[in-house]
Amino acid sequence: MQFIDARARLIDLAAFLDRLERHEGADDIRLRYFREALPILQEHRPDRAKAVLEKFSDHTTELSETAPFQGASGAPIS
Amino acid sequence: MSYIEPHAHMVSRTTDDYERLAIAGCEALCEPAFWAGFDRSSADGFYDYFRQLTEYEPKRAARYGIKHFCWLCINPKEADDPGFAREVMALIPEFIGRDNVLGIGEIGLNKNTRSELKIFEEHVQIALDYDLPVLIHTPHLEDKLKGTRLILDSLATFSKLDRSKVIIDHVEEHTVAHVLDAGYWAGMTLYPESKCTPNRAIDILEVYGSENIWMNSACDWGVSDPMAVPKCALEMKRRKHTPEMIRKVTYDNPAKFLSQSPRFKL
Repeated sequence: MQFIDARARLIDLAAFLDRLERHEGADDIRLRYFREALPILQEHRPDRAKAVLEKFSDHTTELSETAPFQGASGAPIS
Repeated sequence: MSYIEPHAHMVSRTTDDYERLAIAGCEALCEPAFWAGFDRSSADGFYDYFRQLTEYEPKRAARYGIKHFCWLCINPKEADDPGFAREVMALIPEFIGRDNVLGIGEIGLNKNTRSELKIFEEHVQIALDYDLPVLIHTPHLEDKLKGTRLILDSLATFSKLDRSKVIIDHVEEHTVAHVLDAGYWAGMTLYPESKCTPNRAIDILEVYGSENIWMNSACDWGVSDPMAVPKCALEMKRRKHTPEMIRKVTYDNPAKFLSQSPRFKL
């Protein structure tokens, strides 16, 4: 069942949010997607992981002319 | 147990890793051509890389009783400059006939650019010209869903492409059905932070089945674990999957797909 592992991850997540609020500074734009994804965990559905991944995905369809950078940031930032 | 590691970037790993893989039961591994963690400054850098993949790594693997195979291409991270990419692609014919070369890969998209897609399609045509399998990289994180859709749309324009000879790698929960439903093989990459954890990969097997799918470590220069496949097999055992099921996804399935290349011999 791996309850202890999931429990630890949930507490880590809570601590991450506490840590963010303890420090000053502008919000990282990616946190908007993060906060929008959190309610998905509470939904009764069989595909929460898929839904969270879709929340963090770029849903545009057009090709970019050039690569702005090589890596990825975890959520659409532009 | 015996298993096949179908995706590992051993040029970035130590010889100790080969020993660990051998102890864990790795019988064969396949190394797609990819980014080396930095941009190479000339096509000559790729010439040496292709020599490393076809000459040096097979010998290093053989010291531990592991058969080494590779795939050739210019990776999508370095394919945004089409002129440079075509210089590298011009090297492929010199290497494509070598004993351990399975096909064209890992081609694909990185930031979903117009040039990346053009070079991707030119690579697919090379694979068709040589009648070889294709291994496709899908983009990271937020770019994966869009990139997977673009890749599938592009592949659909190749009327002569045998979809059973194409594997689309790094699938996750939001892309696996797109790939399998279109008739392609799917690869799951087991990474500690990005892509799939072992438990999520097993979830995908339980939900989407074990046909036309494999798992790999894609171990490279970044955060990755060359032992990810045997660790996932152990997790499957803990979750009461049968030895036959574990064997199927870690050995039989990769062997079935890879055997479509005439050079894949165990």
